[in-house]
Amino acid sequence: MTARARDERTLRGRVAVIGIGETEYYRHGASPDPEFKLALKAILAACEDAGLDPRDIDGFSSYSDDRSEASRLAAALGTHRLRTATMQWGGGGGGCCAAVANAAAAIVAGLADCVVVFRSLAQGQYGRFGQAAGIHTVSGERSYLMPYGVLAPPQRFAMRVQRYMHEHGVRQDAMCAIALASYHHAQANPRAVMYGRPLDPGKYDASRWIVEPFHLYDCCMENDGAAALVLVSAERASDFRRKPAYLLGAAFGSGHRAAATAHNAPLYATASFDTVAPDVYRMAEIGPSDVGVVQAYENFTGGVVMALAEHGFFRPEDANDFLTFENLIAPSGRLPLNTSGGNLAECYMHGFELVLEAVRQVRGTSTSQARRSDVAMVIGGPMVSPASNLILGSEATL
Amino acid sequence: MTNPTARYLPAGLPIPVAEPDGLSAPYWEGLRKGKLLVQRCSHCNAWQFGPEWLCHRCHAFDPAWTEVQPCGRIFSWERVWHPSHAALKGHGPYIAVLVELPHAGGIRMVGNLLGDPAQKVTIGADVEGVFEHHPESNPPYALLQWRRRQVSSK
Repeated sequence: MTARARDERTLRGRVAVIGIGETEYYRHGASPDPEFKLALKAILAACEDAGLDPRDIDGFSSYSDDRSEASRLAAALGTHRLRTATMQWGGGGGGCCAAVANAAAAIVAGLADCVVVFRSLAQGQYGRFGQAAGIHTVSGERSYLMPYGVLAPPQRFAMRVQRYMHEHGVRQDAMCAIALASYHHAQANPRAVMYGRPLDPGKYDASRWIVEPFHLYDCCMENDGAAALVLVSAERASDFRRKPAYLLGAAFGSGHRAAATAHNAPLYATASFDTVAPDVYRMAEIGPSDVGVVQAYENFTGGVVMALAEHGFFRPEDANDFLTFENLIAPSGRLPLNTSGGNLAECYMHGFELVLEAVRQVRGTSTSQARRSDVAMVIGGPMVSPASNLILGSEATL
Repeated sequence: MTNPTARYLPAGLPIPVAEPDGLSAPYWEGLRKGKLLVQRCSHCNAWQFGPEWLCHRCHAFDPAWTEVQPCGRIFSWERVWHPSHAALKGHGPYIAVLVELPHAGGIRMVGNLLGDPAQKVTIGADVEGVFEHHPESNPPYALLQWRRRQVSSK
């Protein structure tokens, strides 16, 4: 490596995903296994996919209050030594790409050689996200919201989307198109929880309101399961059995006072990618027109509208024209979106299933393969702080 | 403006209290007295809500509390149908609004929009605050609600 390359602060092309794995995906509360066991199953599946001895893992990375401790995983798997253990702060699914970036950074910095990134959820064991717990008093940010019935995630995000729709003239049809594309792709994906349960515009329109402007089908599922991937340095990528997917860029964070309570972020009608999107393109050394397929975290469809616009795929005022069913489906829509079904229809694995799907796209093994899939983007956790994103590419893109 | 009896949402939702460190205590005490108190830095005059231990703009600690008129305009809104708490089962829909206070640096606060839950809500509409008192509660508290402001009365 030249001195210049050594000094260049980038992850571009320096690490590769060599294995992916997941458990069966279950409806929330339906997993027969506890959460920690699910994590072990997904990690072993990812190692099997790579052709890697799990004992050679030397690091773990997850996000958002993960309950499967790295040291316990290392002990259970019998890894020879543990060298990195990171968990991304906050942000719900906003950490799904940041967890990959943290793992990659550890490898590039020489802290570890082979890091597993994972997420596991068993809501039957630990309770659901979407229900307010039975608490008597609240303080801090929640005290300015919960007494007014702004309790659960849909209620916390609907006002932000409503404002965005108002500012840019976005119509309900744009959000519907995102749900339709996700369900369409899930019908080709036997892993998907909503496999065999198609959605059409009439069913979308007739579905109950959760909170205006979100119909039932604008809201993510909640599920049980686990997913994992294995990262190694690019130099070692060809030692394993699968075609590697290289990390071209990753970024996370949020803009000026994005987390100001309660709903006081100066830039309110945003998915939090105003500063993060330029960062990922800069590291990847590409622009939006180079991206062939996108997996965008859908806590709610409205967040996808905002996130895609902030990543430069269209101007906000063009959202209604761009976000049509035809434009969003594989193989040859303008921007095939959530090609496994995503949080809406494959499995809500806190967005981590989106990262695995981006790897499949680059490998060419998706059940809804996009025609342009050499460069695949993942966008994590719109409207939260910190949010994160990443871009994967094939060897040809390096 | 005070309505001593009415409550917008059914009883049983979590009761707001100040943090153990007391950061927001002046705000909640103010509401119980029918006053809206928010932070305004006495060094650089920046407005701030919710409260913080320092001014986000000039980093002076312990921003001063100042009373402002509870009036503003609707910045965004939502109509909630799905109950996310046992107290709301069988109730609803109801409206939550995000109200912007232009005379206080544009700070925003969430409340309910009083009146017909089926009413049309317009972003930019003028609203005025209504203090909703819960003296019987343990601990007692007050909320700030909002209703459409009639231009002719101003």
